[in-house]
Amino acid sequence: MSNPTLSRRGVLKTGAIAGAGVAAPTIFTAQSAAAFTNEPTGSSVTLGFNVPQSGPYADEGADELRAYELAVEHLNGGGDGGLMNTFSSKALQGNGIMGKKVEYVTGDTQTKSDAARASARSMIEKDGAVMITGGSSSGVAVAVQALCQEAGVIFMAGLTHSNDTTGKDKKANGFRHFFNSYMTGAALAPVLANNYGTDRKAYHLTADYNWGYTTEEAVRTSTEAMGWETVGTVLTPLTQTDFSSYIAPVLNSGADVLVLNHYGGNMVNSLTNAVQFGLRERQANGKNFEIVVPLYSRLMAKGAGANVKGIFGSTNWHWSLQDEGSKQFVQSFGTKYGFPPSQAAHTCYVQALLYADAVERAGSFNPCAVGEALKDFEFDGMGNGKTLYRGEDHQCFKDVLVVKGKENPTSEFDLLEIVEITPVSQVTYDASIFGGDLGTCNPGA
Amino acid sequence: MEAIILQILNGLDKGSAYALIALGLTLIFGTLGVVNFAHGALFMIGAFCAVTLSRIISASHTIVDDTQTDFLGNPLKVEVPYVYDWFGQATGDAIIDWAVPLSILFAIPVMIGIGVLMERGLIKHFYHRPHADQILVTFGLAIVLQEIIKYYYGANPIPTPAPSAFTGSFDFGALMGFDPGQIIYPYWRIIYFIFAAIIIGGVFAFLQFTTFGMVVRAGMADRETVQLLGINIDKRFTLMFGIAAAVAGLAGVMYTPINSPNYHMGMDFLVLSFVVVVVGGMGSLPGAVLAGFLLGIVESFASMRVVLDIMPGINQIIIYLVAIIILLTRPRGLMGRKGVMED
Amino acid sequence: MLGLDKKDTYLLLFVAALTMLAPFLLNPFPEGSAMAQFNAGYPDLMQRFVIFGVFAIGFNILFGLTGYLSFGHAAFLGVGSYAAMWMFKLFGMNVLPALGLSLVMSGLFAVLIGYISLRRSGIYFSILTLAFAMMSYSLAYSVLATDMDGPDRQGLLQKGLTGGETGLQLTLEDPRIFGEQTAGAGNIPVPNLFGREMRSAAELNVGDWVFTFSAGYYFAALIMLLSFYLSIRIFRSPFGMMLRAIKSNQQRLNYTGLNAKPYMLTAFVVSGMYAGLAGGLMASMDPLAGPERMFWTASGEVVLMTILGGVGTLLGPVLGAGAIKYMENILSKINSDILHQWFAFLPDGLEDFVITLIYPFIGKGWHLTLGLIFMAVVIFLPGGLVEGGQRIARMFKRKKPTTDTPDGKTTPAE
Repeated sequence: MSNPTLSRRGVLKTGAIAGAGVAAPTIFTAQSAAAFTNEPTGSSVTLGFNVPQSGPYADEGADELRAYELAVEHLNGGGDGGLMNTFSSKALQGNGIMGKKVEYVTGDTQTKSDAARASARSMIEKDGAVMITGGSSSGVAVAVQALCQEAGVIFMAGLTHSNDTTGKDKKANGFRHFFNSYMTGAALAPVLANNYGTDRKAYHLTADYNWGYTTEEAVRTSTEAMGWETVGTVLTPLTQTDFSSYIAPVLNSGADVLVLNHYGGNMVNSLTNAVQFGLRERQANGKNFEIVVPLYSRLMAKGAGANVKGIFGSTNWHWSLQDEGSKQFVQSFGTKYGFPPSQAAHTCYVQALLYADAVERAGSFNPCAVGEALKDFEFDGMGNGKTLYRGEDHQCFKDVLVVKGKENPTSEFDLLEIVEITPVSQVTYDASIFGGDLGTCNPGA
Repeated sequence: MEAIILQILNGLDKGSAYALIALGLTLIFGTLGVVNFAHGALFMIGAFCAVTLSRIISASHTIVDDTQTDFLGNPLKVEVPYVYDWFGQATGDAIIDWAVPLSILFAIPVMIGIGVLMERGLIKHFYHRPHADQILVTFGLAIVLQEIIKYYYGANPIPTPAPSAFTGSFDFGALMGFDPGQIIYPYWRIIYFIFAAIIIGGVFAFLQFTTFGMVVRAGMADRETVQLLGINIDKRFTLMFGIAAAVAGLAGVMYTPINSPNYHMGMDFLVLSFVVVVVGGMGSLPGAVLAGFLLGIVESFASMRVVLDIMPGINQIIIYLVAIIILLTRPRGLMGRKGVMED
Repeated sequence: MLGLDKKDTYLLLFVAALTMLAPFLLNPFPEGSAMAQFNAGYPDLMQRFVIFGVFAIGFNILFGLTGYLSFGHAAFLGVGSYAAMWMFKLFGMNVLPALGLSLVMSGLFAVLIGYISLRRSGIYFSILTLAFAMMSYSLAYSVLATDMDGPDRQGLLQKGLTGGETGLQLTLEDPRIFGEQTAGAGNIPVPNLFGREMRSAAELNVGDWVFTFSAGYYFAALIMLLSFYLSIRIFRSPFGMMLRAIKSNQQRLNYTGLNAKPYMLTAFVVSGMYAGLAGGLMASMDPLAGPERMFWTASGEVVLMTILGGVGTLLGPVLGAGAIKYMENILSKINSDILHQWFAFLPDGLEDFVITLIYPFIGKGWHLTLGLIFMAVVIFLPGGLVEGGQRIARMFKRKKPTTDTPDGKTTPAE
């Protein structure tokens, strides 16, 4: 190996160049000249829709994107106005947001934290998005929420069900409309106890990420409070497609209820595998073997087909609800796309409208102003009845739907029926049970 | 005890898929000397053959049924498959139901065709290139095939159910004297295992008992001498490539009821298949099959609760761990021949 | 200069110029114009260019010089990221200690993996490294993500060493012994270099053009230049020659009495440390480390970059990294609306036809374009972009008339 030549002259020369570089002239404007990140200055404002377009939740991502495009159309005054007609707050005029035309950019989260963050960063830095929304996985939601907090933009969560998003990992710039695992547990347990009795042994198969853990914990604690016994809990990787090796041990575990803490493609596969192994027809401990799917999605049910008959679960919203808001949304979405919206589409549409409305009421796009406008905001007419956007944890509190797979579905959309609408008082909890710290809003820049 | 038997069954089932793909890989490698990273894609294409045929069979036209309404209150549009019109509803239903087994007939010529096309079009030029280049170009081909499928069929898994005659499960336990309901295994998985065994047996019989097979085996042992003897080995090897592609494709077709086909399944199986091939010994057909079943069973056992309680997540790494240990202790794999790939 | 000969010095200066002037070169189109879609000069993408440049340079040292194809480098990327994140959590948000730990941890990991994998060669080596990468991925995803300090405590190891699927994140409760635990206004502090935040950026507006200068980008670019310089020195050194000897004929090398093992291991470890450095830089720019970084397709990506750029060349990996990251971020963002904008000048039928032709290759289908380009490069242009550039240069040089008159000297017949 040769000796490096390091002469005094060389060091002096490079030192001088480095020094000159550091003392660069200040013709550069720091990005903090704007009051907050990506302050919209022209005649349009850009929103970022970060949805999964590949991976286990690609179906939902596509539906979310449809809902967002519909929302943008309505915000800009097109279509039939959608939920702006039934929304309790009348601040939105149909002329964009604060007079600025709404434009959007889309990104693919691939249901991976890395890709989602990269996509969000690109939308913030390159396209100047002032708000990021969307997503179908809680792991991704938590990651993107942290990024938005750091970057100084608002994050309106899409479909994320884990307690952590507004619990342990809550952030001041993040807001969630969708319900969470705790609410599922609180709503589902009484219905399960009524239908299946209080002397049951449950076996949990759980998706191995934060949503799985919180859902399992919620269902486990709420059913144990009703008298059930938890016989086993097993974690399954998110990318797993063949669950046969996890279903097989259930047969000899002494359990008579199988709880599938799975969502999306996972749930379709695990439920299909469970049915293939004859678990629906089985008898255990002198009772019928039952399967429970705590979080349902109609898209998922479509993939599982006939396998969902008679299986209980919970959802945030369902298109068969008969209140004004739901009917209006089904009408708008169905007329444009030809099929009824899923709960993912509904929550994303509502979040987009809530954000636009908050900006109008606050009179500014500044994240801190928007946060103030949404704090403890009560509204109605968006399909869930009276809803409160609680200021302590930026989580919406509303009634929760307990659903069951229909025995005789009339069409491919009509797979679920609402069994009970759990009132919001039963599912409300104190914000401190999850820990976490909201922090302060970050306008960025 | 029941748990162990169940997991053995699971392992045989999983191992069948691995063994079939590994068999194809080793065939290609043993005959052509080409490392084919696109083999997982062939598996996936086979699965999508089943999807395509199922879609073709259920091609339907829309009629408006005024007696029912859809969710918006408009008259319901009902999809009526053409087979209903041609064969009546009962037969039509039966045909649609049996789409997956029918796809076997459809898939064989399609896969052989694709295999021959691939070989003549691309692989032929890479015989004398270094193995790294072969890996890379077939890797690129796998990506292209995957993306083409994704473009036409979408990114979501497409559920393709088995014929309803086979959707139940078989009570093994009652057969073996255990309590009923303790050892149940789905019919279709048992069928898959039998199917895999038939194909593997068929390939081995073909190689052992036919003249064509004899020539191929001779070519695998020493290609140059066979050519010097005046036998055109190229055409035969091309056909072997097609057969290997068909083996992978058939594995895919029958796998669709077990796991909904999606564009990514090829890559998922590819990594494990290569591990299987290398563990079994490159260039050894019995080794590939043996290693496939072995690793399938190992993975199943590692998913047992008693094992997972000791070390969670071990079932995902156990195959790699076993592969590393085997490669270190038996450098040529379980049954590898001397001098293969040792450049 | 600096121990390099003239040609290499020009190469280094060329790359230095490219990286320093990147904000200008990558934003050639005015903001708001129809072509602004192709602007690549925003901080995230520019940082990715240089970070993957470091990764590819390191991989090239192994694959380009010795010919050993490793599919496991993604594991080092991940280890580097996790090490840097732990440094951020425990000791403070300064990036230099974090990068230091990345180098150390990935080096140790590479020694372990290299020692085992290098006992075999050829495809067995590739499969062994692949197996190790997948094992690391699975370990990071589930085994090391279990609650390690008990279900009651909510301590540091609550989500295990790696945080599982969500990834390893910073929280407000991290100790950060030598730094500040929370930044002003109760937010989580940002990675910085002695105070200069990695995400701070300055903008320069010249007419319609906007150029962004990101502190994080320049820091990473500087590190890339250092790595590039180091790789040039390795290439031109006797050590590099030894590696080339291993590639050309390892058996002959053994016959001459030299033992290839230490050299191979050193090359593997150096290559692994480069990957770890890249991982640490990734965590410094964006403080989250996810397990997907270790999935074997990430290794496949760096193989693509090196091949596309040119295996065994100096400039190749850098070009390849830039090209692939550019296409990944720009091509994939083009959707049908934008295509309609561009081709609006064509008559309607023709416009739709052209768009239908192009549509499968952009947007979500950009992987297809990538796969096709990759195949084309491997089939027709095995030397990658560098060879392509050399061929083009030769085509121009051949235009000059060459006089091939023999000069009358006799040459021996060999």
